[in-house]
Amino acid sequence: MAEKQSFSIKGNRKNKALVEHVAEAVFTVCALLAVVAVASITVYMIINGTPALFKVGIKEILFGTVWQPAAKDPSFGILYVILTSIVGTTAAVLIGAPVGILTAVFIEEIASPRLAAIVKPAVELLAGIPSVIYGLLGIYLLNPMMYKLEIALFADAPDHQFTGGANLISAVIVLAVMILPTVINVTVSALHAVPKQQKAASLAMGATRIQTIFKVLLPSARSGIAAAVVLGTGRAIGEAMAITLVSGSSVNMPLPFNSVRFLTTAIVAEMGYAAGLHRQVLFTIGLVLFVFIMFINISLTKILKGREDS
Amino acid sequence: MEHASIMNKKRRVSDQLLEALIYLCAFLAVGLLLGIIGYVFWRGFRTVNWSFLVTEQSPTKGIMGIAGNIVNTLYIVVLTLLAATPIGVGGAIYLNEYAKPGKFVSLVQFTIETLTGIPSIIFGLFGNVFFGKIFGYSMLTGALTLTIMVLPLIARNTQEALRTVPDSYRSGALGIGATKWYMIRTILLPSAMPGILTGVILAIGRIVGESAALLFTAGSGYYLPKGGMGLFRKLFESGGTMTIELYLQMAKGKYDVAFGIACVLLALVLLLNLLTKYLAGRLNVENRK
Repeated sequence: MAEKQSFSIKGNRKNKALVEHVAEAVFTVCALLAVVAVASITVYMIINGTPALFKVGIKEILFGTVWQPAAKDPSFGILYVILTSIVGTTAAVLIGAPVGILTAVFIEEIASPRLAAIVKPAVELLAGIPSVIYGLLGIYLLNPMMYKLEIALFADAPDHQFTGGANLISAVIVLAVMILPTVINVTVSALHAVPKQQKAASLAMGATRIQTIFKVLLPSARSGIAAAVVLGTGRAIGEAMAITLVSGSSVNMPLPFNSVRFLTTAIVAEMGYAAGLHRQVLFTIGLVLFVFIMFINISLTKILKGREDS
Repeated sequence: MEHASIMNKKRRVSDQLLEALIYLCAFLAVGLLLGIIGYVFWRGFRTVNWSFLVTEQSPTKGIMGIAGNIVNTLYIVVLTLLAATPIGVGGAIYLNEYAKPGKFVSLVQFTIETLTGIPSIIFGLFGNVFFGKIFGYSMLTGALTLTIMVLPLIARNTQEALRTVPDSYRSGALGIGATKWYMIRTILLPSAMPGILTGVILAIGRIVGESAALLFTAGSGYYLPKGGMGLFRKLFESGGTMTIELYLQMAKGKYDVAFGIACVLLALVLLLNLLTKYLAGRLNVENRK
């Protein structure tokens, strides 16, 4: 920026210079606070998440499969919880991402401008609905349906533990719906950024509209679409309140009709009453989630950077 | 768009299938939205009446009202914005007006993006051990936690808005002898106001809908503050917002009440959404001038 000196002929120059310096200092501190916040979150997650790892043993926690925090001889294995988060998130993204990407194609390429002007705000609205409402609908509408399906499927399986419909599939469906707006919005802007000449050239060469979309537009927007999918993944793995009740309440293998706990829901469900070592283990779960999220964030930054460079 | 291809007469089955798939997905997405909104209003409408909105919950008397939770929600929105708006706007001004491109700026940008990606449950855990250690389960703990959470929303929108202010405004103001701070105060901030307000309203939406970050920070109290001193004391008392109460009611299986709260929440979210649209429109008009 240019000289910071004031050129006003009125007023006291010294005072003005002081005000200028104070203003700049205050703004710098504001910007610095974001850095401080991320740094303290990282430090606090590590400080609070690691003690249990050493007390219980890294192997026992991360690779143990028995979760009995309240037992006399407690056991804190969270392998199933980690696996549930990975499997559940992957499944939700596999369902939600294609639907989201195709909806974005509809908004950007197929729909008339007037229709797009209705659909796009509607999708943005979907993003604003509080997650507890998704949870409420999940438990009130989805779970009973799943229960019926469960009864029909497992009528002849005496050793199946009935979950009342609160199972992995229900949670995956709720998550898939919840990531839709993120995937759609980011994909729409990625498609929008594709140079119009590419589309024109493809159509001029005789390719059909659909061929143009799938052979030219989508490949051309792939880094933006990758960002959309990664953002959706982050949203799905971090979602807590919507699936706490929908996914059931016991730690199990992530099989479709099992009642399961995700990293997030394990924290929400037990944080209220946990104390001592149990509470520390919950923070370890938080730390695991945090590591996942940081990994996702960094890959997102890489993708976006790669796009800028190309 | 039509007849863009000379091969139009030839019908391709794969094309038609894919097109049908695209339509299906779009209808699914929009149908879900309409279904969700329609169902919540239809199911919750019966519960919502005047006394539901203006009375305080009292389990002993068997009265269900969400007045306490509504007040808590407003309280936490105001408190959070009081902290987050100046910090967010200030940070954006620094990044856009003062900073020279370099390591520090990219660090700040990176942390702002990181904050956007951190899930609310992590904010909840952090708030619980960081602010909660000092203030316990209280409105203040909740608001401070949410301040960090909505900071990127306000900072980003302010930055976007500042970027759209033409450079000629800046050089014009500086050229006639305004100091930098004077220029920011009287030229930049007013020009960027619609963008800043959009950020603030998005932040309100996020706070109103937030639950995971508040459950272990602000807690779940549902009493109304008593008098002026009560309003101050509330800072250090626990208080559950509407979303928290909704979660607790649904965990208890009281779906009528839960849908009633969902109905109120959804109406609020719709209203905020319209407001954002209106402001975004204003911002665009300013650009065109």
